[in-house]
Amino acid sequence: MSIVGALRDGGIVARRNITGVRRTPGALVTGVAQPIIFVLILAFVFGGALGGDEYRQFLIGGILAQTLTFNSSFTAVYLAKDLQTGLIDRFRSLPMSRVGVILGRTTSDLLTSIISIVVIVGCGLAIGWRIEADFGQVVVTFLLLLLFAFATSWIGAFIALTARSVEVAQSLGLLWLFPVCFISGAFVSADMLPGPLRTIAEWNPVTAVATAVRQGFGNEPPSGFAAAGGWPADNALLYASACCVAIIAIFAPIAVTQYRRISKR
Amino acid sequence: MISIRGVRKRFGDHQALDGVDLEVPTGTVQGLLGPNGAGKTTTVRVLTTLLVPDAGEAVVAGHSAITAGHEVRRNLGVSGQYAAVDEKLTGFENLTMVGELYGMRRREAKARARELLRDFRLDDVADGKLAGTYSGGMRRRLDLAGAIVARPPVVILDEPTTGLDPRGRRDTWDAIESLASGGTTVLLTTQYLEEADQLADSIAVIDAGRIIAEGTATELKAQAGGGRIDIVLAPHADLDAARTAARFVGGVDLDERSRRLSGPAPAGSETLQAMLQELGRAGVPVAEAALRQPTLDEVFLRLTGTPATTDDDEVLDDPRVAVAAERVAP
Repeated sequence: MSIVGALRDGGIVARRNITGVRRTPGALVTGVAQPIIFVLILAFVFGGALGGDEYRQFLIGGILAQTLTFNSSFTAVYLAKDLQTGLIDRFRSLPMSRVGVILGRTTSDLLTSIISIVVIVGCGLAIGWRIEADFGQVVVTFLLLLLFAFATSWIGAFIALTARSVEVAQSLGLLWLFPVCFISGAFVSADMLPGPLRTIAEWNPVTAVATAVRQGFGNEPPSGFAAAGGWPADNALLYASACCVAIIAIFAPIAVTQYRRISKR
Repeated sequence: MISIRGVRKRFGDHQALDGVDLEVPTGTVQGLLGPNGAGKTTTVRVLTTLLVPDAGEAVVAGHSAITAGHEVRRNLGVSGQYAAVDEKLTGFENLTMVGELYGMRRREAKARARELLRDFRLDDVADGKLAGTYSGGMRRRLDLAGAIVARPPVVILDEPTTGLDPRGRRDTWDAIESLASGGTTVLLTTQYLEEADQLADSIAVIDAGRIIAEGTATELKAQAGGGRIDIVLAPHADLDAARTAARFVGGVDLDERSRRLSGPAPAGSETLQAMLQELGRAGVPVAEAALRQPTLDEVFLRLTGTPATTDDDEVLDDPRVAVAAERVAP
């Protein structure tokens, strides 16, 4: 199947998905409310103990990385729904690209992530967070966030196509998020974690994205935080981008394989 | 146009298809008749390239469904048992999307969508309303329209009327009939002999993954013993006289409470006529008289010696609609 065909079909499916989301805006409540809740809890419940005002500068990069990871569960649920209603069977009986259906989903779910990013940035600005970087750097940072959202979405797609039911996709799609997002430098410095957790956190892509975003927006860690060290922290943007590419390179092919395999039940 | 040879498929320890052979000539309507779990949907999934069989070959429009799936899908329209329409889109948007995914340009797909909505009498609702608000019959018609957006030479319909009310079934039948009259090759699965009779040129009966009989509806019904007569006597009819009259036709029972005479009709309409003549001679007024099709159960009983097995408890409305119901003035 040609790449042009996949992009064309992906575009058609993405447009269909966006129409669906537009008509059930209630589904977006989680995508909007959840980051607000996280910002408020972390800034005002834990933030006081972690550096107060300074911590808020640190926090937003972490919230962005964590929320976009969580948004992968939207992909999982939407795709599992399409599987359950038989719409995927309809797609599979059409002379269309195999990757097109999933590509359409991961692309349209970027819209949810863009909304989440806007909400977090707005919320951050409201609680005193500031961007202290030049325009080019800020653009690169937002692009990294979109790339990361796109990458995690493929993980969600793989989960949906493996789980095959909405309920299983929903619970599986949420389960992995907690360790991945919290054994990281998203909310504290990775160097503050004990023993092996520190190494995991240092190399965790969520840490890399959070660190790269902080660097990109010119946000310094609170004075009480141990400076994040190690190669991933020193090359955060490079490492974070590489992680995104690697996630897509791994999860896109296995998602497509799962999509093909549904037929061979 | 469709050719299935020796197709086998096993799921765990269940042999879903046990050597299915079926030939459907171009431009004909083939019925595939069988109870739930007989292998109808598995056969459809093989033909529509959704399932790879363990053995055998399936060819659709000159292409192998196993090795040339993309070519098959290009020549094939499918409408499923569970109408696969997008509930968040309008009927028009649904059909436009399917057209585009068949490779049509957007404008072409839109024009075709309008045309189909008109043909399927969905145009008055299609623009504003989401498919999620459609009735069962409308959804099924929309799904059916989706199957023929690209004017494929072959259309496969998996239980197109299961779960529909009588009006929805009638509408769907009309749509399938007009499709067939346009020269499309159609394979249609059904649990209802009457439906296969109405729509198909030829019927294959499938049970436990094998084709156990093939022929026209008339041939199959003859094998099943020609159906049953069902006569309701008018109120105040003389039941004793009716019972006496019934003796002249073998095997007919009278249920006094419902004033219903029923029994086998080995000679079809002739048995019914004979019975009505006897009643007329005895002066017994008749309210309703019908010759019922043998049901799928009766066909199965004849063909397999066992009643049709069903896998689930799905309650479907009884399709045993009288073919020759007439009201006789008392």
